[in-house]
Amino acid sequence: MAKKLPKRIPYFPGCSMATTAKENNQSLKAMCESLGHKLIELKDWNCCGSSSAHSLNNGLAIDLASRNLALAPKNRPLLVACPSCLLRLRHAHHHLCRDYEARSQYEKTWDRPFDPDLEIIHYFDLLDRVGLENWPSLKNLRGLSFVAYYGCMLAQPPEMQHYQAHRGLMEKALTTLGAQDRPWGYGARCCGTFLSVVRPDVVAPLVDEIMGAAVQAKADCIVTACAMCHLNLEIRATAKRKIPVMHFSELLAIAMGDAGKKDWFSRHIIDPIPLLRARGIL
Amino acid sequence: MNSPSQNKPALKLSRHSRDFANKVNSLAHTDTRMCFQCQACYNTCPFVGAMDVTPPAILRLVLLGEDKLVLNSTTIWTCVGCHTCSTICPQNVDMGAVMDALRQIALERGIAPAQPEVLIFHNAILDSIKKYGRTHKLEIMLRYKMKNLDLFSDMDVGLKMLAKRKLDMLPSRVKKIEQVRRLFSYSNGKSNG
Ligand code: SF4
Ligand code: SF4
Repeated sequence: MAKKLPKRIPYFPGCSMATTAKENNQSLKAMCESLGHKLIELKDWNCCGSSSAHSLNNGLAIDLASRNLALAPKNRPLLVACPSCLLRLRHAHHHLCRDYEARSQYEKTWDRPFDPDLEIIHYFDLLDRVGLENWPSLKNLRGLSFVAYYGCMLAQPPEMQHYQAHRGLMEKALTTLGAQDRPWGYGARCCGTFLSVVRPDVVAPLVDEIMGAAVQAKADCIVTACAMCHLNLEIRATAKRKIPVMHFSELLAIAMGDAGKKDWFSRHIIDPIPLLRARGIL
Repeated sequence: MNSPSQNKPALKLSRHSRDFANKVNSLAHTDTRMCFQCQACYNTCPFVGAMDVTPPAILRLVLLGEDKLVLNSTTIWTCVGCHTCSTICPQNVDMGAVMDALRQIALERGIAPAQPEVLIFHNAILDSIKKYGRTHKLEIMLRYKMKNLDLFSDMDVGLKMLAKRKLDMLPSRVKKIEQVRRLFSYSNGKSNG
């Protein structure tokens, strides 16, 4: 796992990063560049199938994810930022590794050999490999307190549990950069994903519980690494007391010297600008 | 010593019940028989309040061949596949995959979902992927709302998202869209709500 990463890393953004969470996408690219890696978007990538394909049709879910695997350049890892796309792509890869028939179908359809060694990584893997001590840290996050919210991104189905989950990575990174971690019990509570659209009545109380716990923990903000979690926490929190929800990549990009991108923060529904100003971060 | 009840098995499983469980196991690549009903999944599932049958009860009913009960439950449509449960399951049961399998069997058999909005939503997503290769959120939301005959609830959220430029007017598209569309016919991708 500890192979050195190339300077230019093929990158699968996925639909959320490309649309609803552009600020997440831009800050991620900025942060990776500060670490010396350029993310090269996979040419003509398609949606991984999201929750919907595997919910209704597992074959279609594997096929949609497979087209992206076939687009990935050889001998390079493929970096994915959305935890849910990551799981879909890894799941398809895992399936193709174990199912001979599916693999030969793949090779026929895409007219290229299947690469069982393709490494599909999350940007947490990149951070982990670069090593905290090697991060260029220009701006201190001192004074900012946070709760780390992973949602379901640490949870994996049984057959995928050989992938490293990086529990605690956000806390370790942000405290090293000067921010204060506030312990709480909601870091791994699911945000509701698509039920947020279909059953807002079910999701709103859950999100309120998460937001309430963060407020009670005396955090300034919730930090998340998933665009879907970010959106659900922002749109479904109904309580009066709300604290900003920050993308992990935004805070890292700021800490690595890319501050002042107010365009990112104006896309947030819960305005983080007053907080960031008050803490002297913006 | 031999009371009649000791001679009879407590429960006799029919051929049919075994077939159903086997089908679920093979579709889900997991073994529902491993579940020893510890209820850990039930205790951690964030959405259990919106389910009419608990997740471990679903597993037991699958083994008993109670297909109708299971396939008509709200549970299989409410589960979002977050894997919170499978992460702590001491028996490595892949609950999310079981629910996927059950949904697919329900669709195959033409059983109307007990949570119809979920199917409408998933189909709106799949239609968008078929059309553009990617999801076009604004169109998905509008189509979902129209099909669901519910245009006006949640308006404030939609407006906020528009104001914050979170819903692009134009879709982002895959150029070689025919490659994506072909996948829908291979896999028999159902996409009619
Ligand atoms: S956690 Fe696993 S073993 Fe326990 S009831 Fe749930 S599925 Fe069964
Ligand atoms: S995977 Fe389904 S059953 Fe398990 S915790 Fe998540 S929603 Fe509940």
